[in-house]
Amino acid sequence: MAERILLKGNEALGEAAILAGCRFFAGYPITPQNEIPAYMARRMPRVGGVFIQAESELAAINMVYGAAGAGARAMTSSSSPGISLKQEGISYLAGAELPSVVVNIVRGGPGLGGIQPAQSDYFQATRGGGHGDYRTPVFAPNSVQEMVDLTMEAFEVADAYRNPVLVLGDGILGQMMEPVALPPAREAPLPPKPWATTGAKGPGRRIINSLYLDPVVLEQRNLWLAEKYARMRGLARAETVGMEDAEICLVAYGATSRIVKGAMQMARREGIRAGLIRPVTLWPYPTVSIREAAGRVEAFLVVELSLGQMVEDVRLAVDGKAPVHFYGRTGGMVPSPREVLEKLREVAAGMGKRRVVAAGAGA
Amino acid sequence: MRQIFAGTDGLTQSTTIYCPGCTHGITHRLVGEVLEELGVTGRTVGVASVGCSVLAYEYFNCDMQEAAHGRAPAVATGIRRVLPEAVVFTYQGDGDLASIGMGETIHAAARGERITVIFINNANYGMTGGQLAPTTLLGQVTTTTPGGRSAATAGYPIRVCELLATLDGPAYVARTSTHNVAELHRTKKAIRAAFQAQLEGAGFSMVEILSTCPTNWGMDPVRAMEFVAKEMTATYPLGEFVNWRRGN
Repeated sequence: MAERILLKGNEALGEAAILAGCRFFAGYPITPQNEIPAYMARRMPRVGGVFIQAESELAAINMVYGAAGAGARAMTSSSSPGISLKQEGISYLAGAELPSVVVNIVRGGPGLGGIQPAQSDYFQATRGGGHGDYRTPVFAPNSVQEMVDLTMEAFEVADAYRNPVLVLGDGILGQMMEPVALPPAREAPLPPKPWATTGAKGPGRRIINSLYLDPVVLEQRNLWLAEKYARMRGLARAETVGMEDAEICLVAYGATSRIVKGAMQMARREGIRAGLIRPVTLWPYPTVSIREAAGRVEAFLVVELSLGQMVEDVRLAVDGKAPVHFYGRTGGMVPSPREVLEKLREVAAGMGKRRVVAAGAGA
Repeated sequence: MRQIFAGTDGLTQSTTIYCPGCTHGITHRLVGEVLEELGVTGRTVGVASVGCSVLAYEYFNCDMQEAAHGRAPAVATGIRRVLPEAVVFTYQGDGDLASIGMGETIHAAARGERITVIFINNANYGMTGGQLAPTTLLGQVTTTTPGGRSAATAGYPIRVCELLATLDGPAYVARTSTHNVAELHRTKKAIRAAFQAQLEGAGFSMVEILSTCPTNWGMDPVRAMEFVAKEMTATYPLGEFVNWRRGN
C-alpha cells in the first residue's frame, strides 16, 4: 500500500491535478479555495507547467479555454461567487467541447454570502449554471482521499468525453487535513487531441468554436451533444452504507455524508434501522440506486448544507413511492450528528404512526 | 502572361460577410499577407472575437479559436503559454476590446503577454446595428445615442493606444488607418512590426486600425473614408506609441 501522508484537502486536490497531467492552471483569489492557486503557483513551474493568476474569474476560465483548445490538461478553481462568474466560460467550454476541470469549493450564498462551507450551489452545478442546453459531469468527494481520486478521474472523464467536468467540494473538505495515499503520476501519454489548435494551415487547420448561425445546423449539433450526455449517464455512482436492512434511507453527499454517517450509527444503536446512499456523482445523478431503495425503505431523509436542492433529485427518483423528508442547515452552519439523529427520530416516530393507521385500515 | 494579383496564403478562399465599403476585408488581407511573408501561417493560432469579425475563423488560413465576447486576450494567453513556439494573435473590434473586454486587454498588455492584437476601431458596434461604442466620437449619432454622443450622459471616447502606452508590458503599440493607400501601406508595416515584436519575444503588441462602417454610419463608402480621414483621426491621432526597437 502506498505511503499515507497528511494533506490539506485543497493542496491534495492541487497535487492530484498535477499527478493527472494537468499542466495549466489559471485562477483568481477567493476564500475558501486560496490554497489551490497557492499550491499550483509553487508546483507548476517545477513540473514545466503554467500557473497564471488571472485578472478576473472571467479571464481565468477563458485562459483555460485557450489552453484546453491548445491541447493541455487545464484546470481552474474558485468558490461560489467566482463560479457564478465562470458560468459564461463553462457554457463555451461545453459548446466548443473542450476538456477541462473546474473546481468549486462551495461557500454560503446567495450574493457575497459568507466564507463558511455550504452545498447551496447544487442547482448551479447540476443544472448547467450557464446558458444553453449542456451538461457537465459533477464529482462530489467526501474525504481528502477522494479530493485526490476524483480530481484525477475528472481529467480522464473530461478527455474521454471532450467536456468540462466539475469537482464540487466545500469549505470543510478544502480546509481539513487527512491522511491520503497519493497514486502514482499518470505516465501513459495523454489521449491524442487531433482537434487541438497547435498551429496549422490549409485543409488540416483546426477551429475551436461554439457558433452555429444556421438553426438547422445548431439543432443537429445540440442533438449530437445530447447523445454524448446520454453516454455520460453511465458515470452515475453512489456509495451505500447499511442499506441491506434499512427502513430509513439517508441521502447526503460531500462532507455532510460524513456527519450523516455518524448520525446513522447513533440511530442504529437506538434500534432505528437507517442506511445511507451517498451520491459520488451529482450529475449524472445515481437515480437507479435511489429508485431501488424506494421499493424497500419506508422513508427517505435527505440532509444538505442548503435549504433543499438535491432533495428534488431524490423526489424525482423516489417518484412518490415513499415519503421524502429533508433536513438542512444553510449560510455556513453545519449540523452536528446529534441534530441529524433528532430528525431521524422524528421520521421514525412518524413511520410508527403510519404503521398503526395502516394496520387499523387493514383490520 | 504576367500575374499581377494573387490570393495570400494567410487567408482561405471563403467569401467574407462584410458589407460593401467596410475595411475589415482589407485588414484581413493585410494580416494574411504579413503571416505569409513572415512564413508563420503554419504555426499560427488566431483568436476570433464577437462582433462583425465573429466569422474570422473562416477567413484566416490557420488554426483558430472563437472566443466569448471580450475574452480573446485571455483565450490567447492560454494558447500562448501552452504553445511557446506558436504565433498567436487576436482580431477584435472596439466593443469587444475596449468595452466588455477592456479588463482582458489591459491585463494581457500589462503582463507583456507575447500576443499580437489586431484592433478594429470603427467607432460603433457594427454587428448589432450601430450602437454607442467606447470609441464613438462626441456628437456621433448611433442607435443608442440618437441625439449624438453627449459627454454628459455617455462620457468620452477611449484612446486605447494612449492608455496602453502607460504600461510597461507592451512592446509595440500603433494606431493606423485604412482611408487611403498610403495609410494601408503604413498599416501593413505596423502589423508586420507587431508580429515581429512577438517573434522576438519583446512583449505584447497591438495595432489599432481606424476603419469604416458605411452601413451603420449611413454613409456611402467614399464619404465614410472621408469621415475616418477628417473626424476620426482628429480624436484618434495616428502614429506609433510604443516601439521596442526605439526603446520607448
